[in-house]
Amino acid sequence: MGMLDAPDRHELEEVSTPLYANRVRVYPQAVQGRVRRAKWAVLVFCLAVYYLLPWLRWDRGPGQPDQAVLVDMAHGRLFFFWIELWPQEVYYLTGLLVLGAVAIFAATSLFGRVWCGFACPQTVWTDLFMWVERLIEGDRNARMRRDRKPRWDWSDRARKLAKHGAWLLIAMLTGGAWVMYFNDAPTLLRDALAGDVSLAVLGFFGLFTGTTYLLAGWAREQVCTYMCPWPRFQAAMMDADSLIVSYRGWRGEPRGKARAAGAGDCVDCRACVNVCPTGVDIRDGVQLSCIGCGLCIDACDSIMTKLGRPEGLIAFETLNNLAASEAATAMLPPGAARRGPGMAARQAPRILRTRTYLYVAVLCVVAGAMLAGLALRQPGGLEVLRDRAPLFVKLSDGSLRNSYTLKLSDRRHEAATLAVTVEGLPEGTHLQVVGSEASDAAGRPLVTTKPDGVAEWRLLVTIPAGALPQADSTDVTIRLLEPAGDRSLASQHSVFLGPKP
Amino acid sequence: MANKIEHDAVTGRQTTGHEWDGIKELNTPLPKWWLWTFYATIVFAVVWCILYPALPFTGATGLLGYTGRGEGEQALAAHRAATEPMLERLRQTEIEQVLADPELRAYAVAGGRAAFANTCAGCHGAGGQGAQGGFPSLADDDWIWGGKPADIEQTIRHGIRAAEDPETRTSQMPRFLADGMLTAAQVNDVAEHVLSLTGRATDAEAASRGAAIYAENCAACHGDQGQGNHEVGAPRLNDQVWLYGGDKASIVRSISYARGGVMPAWGQRLDPAVIRMLTVYIHSLGGTE
Repeated sequence: MGMLDAPDRHELEEVSTPLYANRVRVYPQAVQGRVRRAKWAVLVFCLAVYYLLPWLRWDRGPGQPDQAVLVDMAHGRLFFFWIELWPQEVYYLTGLLVLGAVAIFAATSLFGRVWCGFACPQTVWTDLFMWVERLIEGDRNARMRRDRKPRWDWSDRARKLAKHGAWLLIAMLTGGAWVMYFNDAPTLLRDALAGDVSLAVLGFFGLFTGTTYLLAGWAREQVCTYMCPWPRFQAAMMDADSLIVSYRGWRGEPRGKARAAGAGDCVDCRACVNVCPTGVDIRDGVQLSCIGCGLCIDACDSIMTKLGRPEGLIAFETLNNLAASEAATAMLPPGAARRGPGMAARQAPRILRTRTYLYVAVLCVVAGAMLAGLALRQPGGLEVLRDRAPLFVKLSDGSLRNSYTLKLSDRRHEAATLAVTVEGLPEGTHLQVVGSEASDAAGRPLVTTKPDGVAEWRLLVTIPAGALPQADSTDVTIRLLEPAGDRSLASQHSVFLGPKP
Repeated sequence: MANKIEHDAVTGRQTTGHEWDGIKELNTPLPKWWLWTFYATIVFAVVWCILYPALPFTGATGLLGYTGRGEGEQALAAHRAATEPMLERLRQTEIEQVLADPELRAYAVAGGRAAFANTCAGCHGAGGQGAQGGFPSLADDDWIWGGKPADIEQTIRHGIRAAEDPETRTSQMPRFLADGMLTAAQVNDVAEHVLSLTGRATDAEAASRGAAIYAENCAACHGDQGQGNHEVGAPRLNDQVWLYGGDKASIVRSISYARGGVMPAWGQRLDPAVIRMLTVYIHSLGGTE
């Protein structure tokens, strides 16, 4: 409401909804069942990988880090088991991101928001924090009662303190594990215990400790509903054949007491709402705040079992099937009579659809390109940079010289000695490598590579005055050979330039 | 803003009263923590302005006393401190030993390349290719004052004909025509002889007349075969490299009015370590003796 044209309160028929609302606290209840067990399994797996991976060792020989997964910022190397990436190969990471994105698209088109509900770090850590909260503060009712108390007694305060302490401890372990991916884990732990860590390590440790505590302890479902961009466009990946967490309204409606005549299967016990980590009512249909975790399925199933009714009032179901069941049961009386015909009207969900074909095709292409790139990767490479200033040098006896900078990259961890040849130039052409006097039996200059690095050499190529080429530009091939056996290891094309004839 | 509360016909929910081309925005209340986060960013900005010099035209320095120049100076000082041990090693090591030590040599080539671009490339070109008109190429094998690493170091330190340095090396070619030492015809004959040293004479008779004049006037510095003399900075005349042009007109001009380029002395302006790095870099260009 503007200040100038503030409304006369008496003219208003009702009070307007405020533009800003207080957060409604969610107190999710504990629940057991198949989905919950699956969620626990994913949680244990994800957290175990995250916390333990930095401690896995992988022998790469002397002088090399023996951590299986390590991002070595100082030396610009990324180690992943047997793979070692250099900074210029960052496109493998890009490929991984593309794979991850398309995999999520594919999973979403098949099963709705399974990423959000099961594997997203926000969900996993929030789940862990809620479990800790339940252990210390009790289940939903106990927590609600405590928070409604006007004054906390000593036991309440002790429990709150213990909960936040435990949360902070987990958050610190999380921040601690993060920095281990960028530093040798045992060394870092030893240094940390001795109080000797860099500001950068401390900063990232603090950052990830703070965000874990804040996002998993305090922000929780607010992250999914208000901060995360993914729910905004994930609807674009889903269609009427996606298996999403759904309430079978055709079976549940109208809601009523268990023994009430003319009532559907839903007894309006609100178990599905009470266990929801984001506090939504799944019976309202697909909605932004629903993260698709499926805990409401477990909650409803347990109630249905108690009532002696079949499970599946809430289930992973497609919109197509919901519509088909709805149509098949519209004329039948609510309750037990609808169950059979409604379920019979369903069809097996169509897994193979245009979009899933496309997602799988993109996945295969990207994964194939990455695998091929990795498999065909050479242990070494040669880059030739021709000197442009000067283009060529005329020497006092009239001979012409061109110079080239050779960059020899070598992933192997031992230095190799290689012979340099230049093809395409006349007999009598003289090769000289600045700073390397060595040459092999055939008189070719020798260069050495830098183990796990790039060696730089300057090659001077001189054509004697009597043999100068007729053209001002001659194509040449600069080649690196193994001195024994003459096997070509790498070659590059370049040119030899002279004055215009 | 509408005075009356409006309800959306489809959803039955209240609108905010905002309308764009007939589209009305439903009122979905934002959580208050979001609003408070927004206020917090405003507070952050104010605190930032107080701590750092963020207010333009006021000359305010900020409570922390931070300046971009200060940070740059700190970074420069840190860099100097970090490079000092290596520079000291370069100062203490003779040039030949530097060239023999792969680590020092690589360091010097990299540092020398930067210093060369800064101080030398203006005259000698980006890669030491030189320029016509008195700026010698440093990449070829023709050296006027000597091309051994020690000679090059000496030339950089004390310059050539550098008035500011008493230890500079200097020599003066006579102005044979301008000062009346030779006639125009004699100059022409000498020029023909000089051309004949590289087999380019067009007038054999003039060249043979010039040979006698050359022996009397030029050979003392340039050598009887035109081989030049590093000691006095007399260029070779029997090779393919000509600093002021090798055609006859240029040679006639050189004899008539003399030449004599000036190279500044850098010993007072550059750190000895930088001069050593420059020497190693020039050596790496491939033309040194």
